Amino acid sequence: MYKILEKVDYSDDVYMQVIEAPAVAKAAQAGQFIVLRINEEGERIPLTIADFDRDKGTVTIVVQAVGKSTRHLQTLGAGDEIANFIGPLGIPSEIENFGTVVCAGGGVGVAPIYPIARELKKAGNKVISIVAARTRNLLLWEDKMNDVSDEVIVTTDDGSYGRKCLVTEPLKELCETGGVDLIYAIGPGIMMKFCCKTTEPYNVKTLVSLNSIMVDGTGMCGACRVSVGGETRFVCVDGPEFDGHQVNFDELMARQRQYLEQEKIANDLYMECRGDATCLT
Amino acid sequence: MSDVDKNKGEKKVKKTSIPRTPIPEQSPKERAKNFEEVALGYTRDQALIEASRCLQCKKPKCVAGCPVGIDIPAFIQALADDDPAAAIAKLKETTSFPAVCGRVCPQEDQCEKLCILGRKHEPVAIGRLERYAADREAQNGEGARPEKAPKKGKHVGVVGSGPAGVTAAGELAKMGYGVTIYEALHKPGGVLVYGIPEFRLPKTIVQRECEYVESLGVEIKLDYVIGRTMTIDQMLENGHDAVFLANGAGLPSFLNIPGENFNGVYSANEFLTRANLMKAYRFPDYDTPIKVGKRVAVIGGGNVAMDAARTALRLGAEVHLIYRRSMEELPARKEEVHHAQEEGIEFHLLTNPVRIKGDQDGWVEEIEVIKMELGEPDAGGRRRPIPIEGSETMIPIDTVIVAVGTRANPLLTKSTKGLELNKWGNIVADEHTLQTSKEGVFAGGDIVTGAATVILAMGAGKIAARSIGRYLQGQPLLTPEEEEELKAAAEKAGVAAR
Ligand SMILES: Cc1cc2nc3c(=O)[nH]c(=O)nc-3n(C[C@H](O)[C@H](O)[C@H](O)COP(=O)(O)OP(=O)(O)OC[C@H]3O[C@@H](n4cnc5c(N)ncnc54)[C@H](O)[C@@H]3O)c2cc1C
Ligand code: FES
Repeated sequence: MYKILEKVDYSDDVYMQVIEAPAVAKAAQAGQFIVLRINEEGERIPLTIADFDRDKGTVTIVVQAVGKSTRHLQTLGAGDEIANFIGPLGIPSEIENFGTVVCAGGGVGVAPIYPIARELKKAGNKVISIVAARTRNLLLWEDKMNDVSDEVIVTTDDGSYGRKCLVTEPLKELCETGGVDLIYAIGPGIMMKFCCKTTEPYNVKTLVSLNSIMVDGTGMCGACRVSVGGETRFVCVDGPEFDGHQVNFDELMARQRQYLEQEKIANDLYMECRGDATCLT
Repeated sequence: MSDVDKNKGEKKVKKTSIPRTPIPEQSPKERAKNFEEVALGYTRDQALIEASRCLQCKKPKCVAGCPVGIDIPAFIQALADDDPAAAIAKLKETTSFPAVCGRVCPQEDQCEKLCILGRKHEPVAIGRLERYAADREAQNGEGARPEKAPKKGKHVGVVGSGPAGVTAAGELAKMGYGVTIYEALHKPGGVLVYGIPEFRLPKTIVQRECEYVESLGVEIKLDYVIGRTMTIDQMLENGHDAVFLANGAGLPSFLNIPGENFNGVYSANEFLTRANLMKAYRFPDYDTPIKVGKRVAVIGGGNVAMDAARTALRLGAEVHLIYRRSMEELPARKEEVHHAQEEGIEFHLLTNPVRIKGDQDGWVEEIEVIKMELGEPDAGGRRRPIPIEGSETMIPIDTVIVAVGTRANPLLTKSTKGLELNKWGNIVADEHTLQTSKEGVFAGGDIVTGAATVILAMGAGKIAARSIGRYLQGQPLLTPEEEEELKAAAEKAGVAAR
């Protein structure tokens, strides 16, 4: 069992949890992910590592509640325990001094980009971060990104805070100005797709971190497969980071929709029964 | 014993006239709708009759057919004497998990194939008797605990809790070593728990076997991915005096045909893991979803393909099994093929998939297949299937399950320096000692041999434990007598080859 030490709700459906998992924390590196399972009946959910503290033995995750499991997880707070917490998985980000790196995070994608930005900054890069959200109260970790960036640009789709535009607008401007050596774009599939479309004409390498459906997270099942440069790759062992210009995002997004029907059934049942453990039995 | 000898001539006549005792099974109609075990096991009377059929050969051929050399006549004699406890003790001298092997070993290609009775009649049902002995032990509660050697003060790390890892761990614990198994998944058992379905191998049996090795003092650390959570070098630096790699062959192969990434295409590993390990067949009581649709195509002809097909059937689908050679070459156990046919799985033999067609939302719609004919035998002696031009047809389908084998998973090996691999990525280990190119590291099971069988993996676990024990005592990995034996065997084989 793994203990939840801290939990903060950022909005109705976005929350942060700090989990006690010393072995995972000890090995964790920027860019990696974990797989967790709440209880015996639970599914295995992959989540990118948002932060880790090797000395304290903790790993931080930031989650958007979208279905039954992530809603259930949101009801758990400090002192509660979850059954399994496995990781770190995936290949860590390659960190070196590239020069100037733009880190564009959309929605909860800001969380996983944070440790990457931090390591890039430590390695001597100039880090320009774009922190994007649909609206102001969904905006995440602006302060933390400030701490590890030379410059932070904030955007909201509705203009409730920062610039009123999509994340791609400042990204395009930065590419046009030139001098950008590497771009990281992490967020929903659609956001990463358009970030890559934006940067492609400028030939600036753009890395994305893919959030495909997974089961084991160790290369055993192939649930996470995605086409990159026309070849099938497993996100959990070959990634999660890939050259975004090579990724088939339409396929990725179609594959993410595979269980919508079942997710809805599970979610509806869960919402109906909330707080009533006997309801399902 | 002497009584038996005296009566031998008389009994022999009788023995051959007793037909092989069928094992009670759930009817095909009934079992197609549930996940309970298909075969129900012998009753005491049935076991007594079947055991009495054994001729108790002086030079038993069956033993030579067993990859681990179980003393088959001896355990069967104990059963014939109505002493299952003695039978299980005999079995456990050589196999750690008779309840598992009795259910999943391909006996028709091993021990039972060589049974003398099988020449003119039907062979003794060795596997079913093995299962009976093990099940009786389970029913009667705790079996006898083996004696443990005094603590040796050294510690071994085992990677993977499949049959190879668990067997080695149990043996090493009995020898007095401290043992920790590191398992990537959240449940121990390897393929036995994530791959082989409940209806063929109930998970409570696997759990019982794992609990048994824990009772010997073995620690099983779940959620631990070696190569990620900790490397092999870190294991060796942090208190493990030797390491046994038994991480299996878990990387699914795909066909590399167009359309394989459409929604509704599964690897058999994914499909079976969802169903078995994650219990998706009990969705929504369990959270993991699985999609079968109305019509399922399973590609392949091995045990894995049969398991996937029969699982899909139980989830309510009409199942089409597509295999590129003929029934004769079908590699799955005969019993499983028979069961699959009985349950209503449609076999498309000499048929090969060409491409998968999807709809505009990215879902599987049809699979295009081509008819095959068998040509000249290939290097392995199997006749190579050749496509018949112009014989393409489309089969409308909702789900495709690809069961065309697995390869070595590189996650662990890639993260380890100094570990020699062959060209397929399998770990190279000495055939007789299972020592690898890396000091203190041994390897066995599917990761060395490629996908094989449970009993071979267990055999490897035994050999590894023996080698590791000797390694930790600073002894040569093979005794002079063993060296001599191997030499003699090699020479004999050489003569035969010439
Ligand atoms: C569906 C299916 C049906 C089968 N049916 C039969 C049958 O009827 N009869 C038969 O004899 N054989 C059968 N087999 C084959 C048999 O199951 C295998 O040969 C056998 O399980 C191999 O044992 P193993 O111990 O080498 O590996 P596995 O059983 O594969 O166990 C390896 C374990 O290591 C773990 N692991 C992997 N990597 C790591 C890592 N980096 N760190 C920590 N842990 C790790 C895995 O999670 C797994 O639990 C079947 C196989 C499948 C897939
Ligand atoms: S999640 Fe199973 S292979 Fe990637």
